Amino acid sequence: MFALVDGNNFYVSCERAFRPALVGRPVVVLSNNDGCAIARSNEAKDLGIKMGAPYFQIKHLEYTSDLVALSANFALYGDMSERMMSLAAGLGPEQEIYSIDESFIGLQGVRDVTRRAWAIRERIARGVGIPCGIGIGPTKTLAKLANHIAKDAERKPGSYPAHLARVCNLSEMPPAELAALLQATHVGDIWGIGRRISKQLNEAGIANVWQLTQADLGTIRRRWSVVLERTVRELRGESCIALEDEPPPKQMIACTRSFGRPVEDLAPLIEAVSEYASRASEKLRRQGGVAGQVQVFAHTSPFRPGPRYSRAILVPLLRPTADTALIVRSAIKGITRIYEPGYQLIKAGVILLDISDRAIVQEELDLGDDGKDRSALYGALDKLNQRYGKGTVHVASTGIDSDSARWGMKQERRTPRYTTNIDDIPIARC
Amino acid sequence: MAGSTVRAGFPSPAEDWSQERLDLTKLLVPHPACTFLVKSGGLSMKDAGIDDGDLLVVDRYMKAQHRSIVVAVVDDDFTVKYLYRRNGRVRLQAANPTFPDIIPHDGQTIEVWGVVTACIKRFVKV
Repeated sequence: MFALVDGNNFYVSCERAFRPALVGRPVVVLSNNDGCAIARSNEAKDLGIKMGAPYFQIKHLEYTSDLVALSANFALYGDMSERMMSLAAGLGPEQEIYSIDESFIGLQGVRDVTRRAWAIRERIARGVGIPCGIGIGPTKTLAKLANHIAKDAERKPGSYPAHLARVCNLSEMPPAELAALLQATHVGDIWGIGRRISKQLNEAGIANVWQLTQADLGTIRRRWSVVLERTVRELRGESCIALEDEPPPKQMIACTRSFGRPVEDLAPLIEAVSEYASRASEKLRRQGGVAGQVQVFAHTSPFRPGPRYSRAILVPLLRPTADTALIVRSAIKGITRIYEPGYQLIKAGVILLDISDRAIVQEELDLGDDGKDRSALYGALDKLNQRYGKGTVHVASTGIDSDSARWGMKQERRTPRYTTNIDDIPIARC
Repeated sequence: MAGSTVRAGFPSPAEDWSQERLDLTKLLVPHPACTFLVKSGGLSMKDAGIDDGDLLVVDRYMKAQHRSIVVAVVDDDFTVKYLYRRNGRVRLQAANPTFPDIIPHDGQTIEVWGVVTACIKRFVKV
């Protein structure tokens, strides 16, 4: 049995935790590289703003609809994520941090799951200020679906029964009720089913999830793939995807592992983190992306005796990159910074954030045909910058941070680093 | 030296070695994931020992009681005051006679953002 805990409109919720004035207003958070909406408050969604909408297309809503557009404040989101994750870990004996705002919890041996999920949700809402949705199911795919139901039941009244809002447990449901939920869910809303496959399924007469669970496994495997077959098995309640074994999410790439035995020294920690960082970089290159930030974390077990430790740090990359060496170097910098001796660490991980499409970067370079290997170009850029100092030459669309010279936009619209920089902490009127 | 108990016989010189050094964070912060630092701005809590510019340790998990010092949200702004909660009446009180109480008017709510658990005055910038 699994739970999926995720923060609602996470980046926006982080901003609202420190700016009560943003509550109830439409808010979007923009990516650093290309000024697209990467998080939207419910009010912004209701204005029709789509995920990935370019800023220039929604700018007018600032005047007509009170929209607030903010630049991404990854230092804040990374820290708030770590706070949320450490509380979410209290739900069960195993946790897999899947992305900056979602984690799967293994629930083996946990009694009274639904009540406990409500308690954890309340703890995160009160203690960190982030509203969460929690989905519970016998498989990871069903937990993910339960999470989708928990969120939609809250945000879109009428889409699902109201009593499933916020916390939805599919594993303690009468079969008829579960079937009705599966019938009310479109196949495109299932974890791992993209737009293309969802279209093909519709053409084959499979529109809702219940129909998909009734499909013949052999046919699914032959016409589509083993991966889709696995999804169908999971939807039928047969667990095929273990913790830490699934396709990475698009907007961030996490690589985390529990250690076989607790680790206390820095050297093996550096080794582990380097390995995660290089594996994450490979995934990143495979999906043709570049990352702007590396988050590194490590923690002790919440279930073992002994002193507790849980820390994370966000290390910005000099420029968005998929270069293993640069990413590993940043990850090592991060783990060295947060390391403290004397703790039995059972887990560490690396999360790549602020991911954008390398193709977009190339397109805007406008240097001829697409798909050409740009590594020579990047190499030349690096050489020039090494020789003449940082930021001498850079790709126009990537907006290199030389330590202080940032895009105007990034600085104007970024809220303070409330939790990671002593000069940026909130001021309360006395 | 804190925490060592007096026993019969000679104290072991190594006794301190087996102890873990006191850690300010652990002493001041029971809920690290829910604790935030906030800077005080103003003099309304002077008689509670909070001066302008002090660092405040704020626990958002802790439940506020009557007479807790809290960070509250009033008209979308953070303010630090004593929480007064008696006979169903809620108001915010300053610790400085020159500041009036904040009494919510109709339709206005006072939201407690967190409980101030400690105030830190820094005499040396580290």
